[in-house]
Amino acid sequence: MEGARVRDKKAMIRVTRKIEFSAAHFYHNLKFSEEENRRVFGKCANLHGHGHNYVLEVTVAGEPDPATGMVLDLKELKDILQREVSDRMDHRHLNYEVPELAGQIPTCENIAAAIWKLLEPKITRGKLDRVRLYESPDLFADCTADSNGAHA
Amino acid sequence: MSGPLKISLTRRYRFAASHRLHRPNFSESENARIYGKCSNPYGHGHNYSLEVTVTGAVDPATGMVANLGELDPFVNGEVVEAFDHKYLNEEVAEFSETVPTAENICREIYRRLKRFPAARLERVRLEETSKNSFELEGAADDAP
Repeated sequence: MEGARVRDKKAMIRVTRKIEFSAAHFYHNLKFSEEENRRVFGKCANLHGHGHNYVLEVTVAGEPDPATGMVLDLKELKDILQREVSDRMDHRHLNYEVPELAGQIPTCENIAAAIWKLLEPKITRGKLDRVRLYESPDLFADCTADSNGAHA
Repeated sequence: MSGPLKISLTRRYRFAASHRLHRPNFSESENARIYGKCSNPYGHGHNYSLEVTVTGAVDPATGMVANLGELDPFVNGEVVEAFDHKYLNEEVAEFSETVPTAENICREIYRRLKRFPAARLERVRLEETSKNSFELEGAADDAP
């Protein structure tokens, strides 16, 4: 099941753009004891923080405009990603410097959801289909619309 | 405003194993025709790359769908330790009768991992080589 990912209609195309950004974070819940933080979050609980080279893949689905042959102008998407994601998160500390993540543990899951919420209203041609955020080549989170509302 | 979101987490694991594609109820020429080089009686091996995708609510206390502190030992115990550096045909009981194609390995991995208690298993994706990959996606109402 792919949530509400756009079904493969005849002329529906998915376009994916990739960017990278580097950021610091740590995992710490104020409601947990130090021992609990260490048990639940392991090395990620180190309050000095650590960092990753994040890779973000943003997928937009739609029907190509017959006049241009494009779902959307990739230059436009590139600019949106620069403004909404890179300018906010690149070379930042995600625990302290990104208001969209305030009060949340900056996990891959939460960062992907925050990026979805930033991008969705800005994508005016086509429809945001998926946000995939790699924390490392061996770990990534996907965020899609949930048509069933099962995990809201 | 965004509507409800669905979040999944995918983790990659690796194991190396040997296998042979061969069915005793096929003749030698049939085995050779269907499985080609993969039917070599001495077996051969691959570096398998396994992507495990789980989905569910993000726990606000941890920000996680599943804690890797739980997922990693579970997958390592159920799959990696059982398959890594093994001859699948002889050392994994489920493949004594079932031919260990990547499709069947996917099925067996899915069967083992769907018991993961902390989140719903959504998909397993197995790369047998960098050129061939296989995916199995469970139904949303899959019983754990």
